[in-house]
Amino acid sequence: MNLFVRSALRHRSAKPIAWLVGLLPLVWLVWGAAYDALGANPAEYVIRATGDWTLRLLCLTLAITPLRVSLGLPELAKFRRLFGLFTYFYVVLHLLCYSWLDMGFELEDIAHDIAKRPFIWVGFSAFVLLTPLAATSFNAAIRWLGAKRWQHLHKAVYGVAALAVLHFFWMRAGKNNFAEVAVYGGVLAVLLGWRMRRAMGRP
Amino acid sequence: MPRNVLRKQHPMRPNAYTAFSDSGFTHPVSSEITPQSVYLQRRDWLKQLAAGAAGVSMAAWAGREAMAQGAAPAGARPGKLAPLAGAPSRISGGSVMEKITSYTDASTYNNYYEFGTDKADPAQYAHTLQTKPWTVEVEGLVKKPTRFDLDDLLKLSPMEERIYRLRCVEGWSMVIPWVGYSLAELIKRVEPLGSAKYIEFHTLADPKTMPGVRSRVLDWPYVEGLRLDEAMHPLTLLSFGMYGEVLPNQNGAPVRLVVPWKYGFKSAKSLVKIRFVDKQPVNSWGRSAPQEYGFYSNVNPLVDHPRWSQAAERRIGEDGLFAKKRKTLMLNGYEAQVGQLYAGMDLKKFF
Repeated sequence: MNLFVRSALRHRSAKPIAWLVGLLPLVWLVWGAAYDALGANPAEYVIRATGDWTLRLLCLTLAITPLRVSLGLPELAKFRRLFGLFTYFYVVLHLLCYSWLDMGFELEDIAHDIAKRPFIWVGFSAFVLLTPLAATSFNAAIRWLGAKRWQHLHKAVYGVAALAVLHFFWMRAGKNNFAEVAVYGGVLAVLLGWRMRRAMGRP
Repeated sequence: MPRNVLRKQHPMRPNAYTAFSDSGFTHPVSSEITPQSVYLQRRDWLKQLAAGAAGVSMAAWAGREAMAQGAAPAGARPGKLAPLAGAPSRISGGSVMEKITSYTDASTYNNYYEFGTDKADPAQYAHTLQTKPWTVEVEGLVKKPTRFDLDDLLKLSPMEERIYRLRCVEGWSMVIPWVGYSLAELIKRVEPLGSAKYIEFHTLADPKTMPGVRSRVLDWPYVEGLRLDEAMHPLTLLSFGMYGEVLPNQNGAPVRLVVPWKYGFKSAKSLVKIRFVDKQPVNSWGRSAPQEYGFYSNVNPLVDHPRWSQAAERRIGEDGLFAKKRKTLMLNGYEAQVGQLYAGMDLKKFF
């Protein structure tokens, strides 16, 4: 079974398929927007969906290493960067959709809104913190920075995860509706817990 | 010290009430309305993008889907519920001349927390609501406390169609053709005592049929309140239907309140009790977050919600994804009719 999965992951079509899967949410949103299939408030739908997909891809990216080690699938490593960049792609879309569809690119309105709604500031901070990680994702950047420093920098992803969940929690606080927040928070806590155990040298 | 200097340089902002325009009918600047040709172009552009990305066959399939979801033609029974006709209203502000929201949008994008907090939840879960038999208890400081059967209420006064703007506190709005009559008709029947100053509206809270009542989002049952003069205003509607039919469950069947100049949550759904009292009632949202939701909750672009601006709103179904928000009107555009109810009140204080 493992051998089969490993050879499938090694197959030359594995990466293109992962690309397509990463693009599917965007395809659905563009198509749904064109054909009025996003419900009564399409702007709200698109803003929320891009946020949801950012969180999902962040979970997936952070799950790669634990899955690789615990299932013995070294081939998974090459997918980590791909999903990491897709996470960034969707957070950029999320920010763009908010600025455009909700705020009409009015900087004054955005500044006013951030002052009113701290959860937007938290989300924006997560985006800012993720930007240097996306910018240093290519191989040459690892050489320039040196592997140690690069790894240190990319530990910031844990801060991004915490901010992202806080952003979502705060947004949902208005309706006391935390079921979904708990799912993302739980998944991220398990993934971080796994890393902490490993860092402390336990099996 | 610098603060004082600033104050002197700028005139004090007048209180919210004196800042009202006096026409009550402020329309968006025509330059701000996206021309139809422009948004249709945008949609074509998206369609081309969708066709390119998803393949022509998928796009065609999506097109069929979109047709199925489109608004029903006028005169049809859009929700396939029992018809309930109303004569066009002749009262001032009774029929707003704006594009009516599609029935699909008005019946699938709802806040009715007894059926869940997601806007799609009420349409999905409200079918369990039992609206027959239904009684409304009218009690408290009245000469004639009465237990009304729904059929008695339906016959109490002639039905009118009222086309009202509905502005949700969350920042979106619709235009809905309600069917019903002024709540004042019912109030006159029960003859309020001189001591009655406010009315409390109690709504159904049945944990067996309403899954949201098991959650702790709010204290149940949901309670709302109005000052007696607000409740007596002819625009305050006791509604039994919309779009020429009886109310769908998710919109508050079989009888609800509609107060068009207040945020939507003031318009309590599925009423079971109307109680005349002498003290200002504590409404459910006021109990849950008193700093955020005041008793009055009049639509007011000059008084922000503590967590977001109330200056603009998204009109549901208007031009789709790329529609610009429209400016929110003072008292939701009903200032000419109801402004005098708040004469001399500081609406920033009594939000």
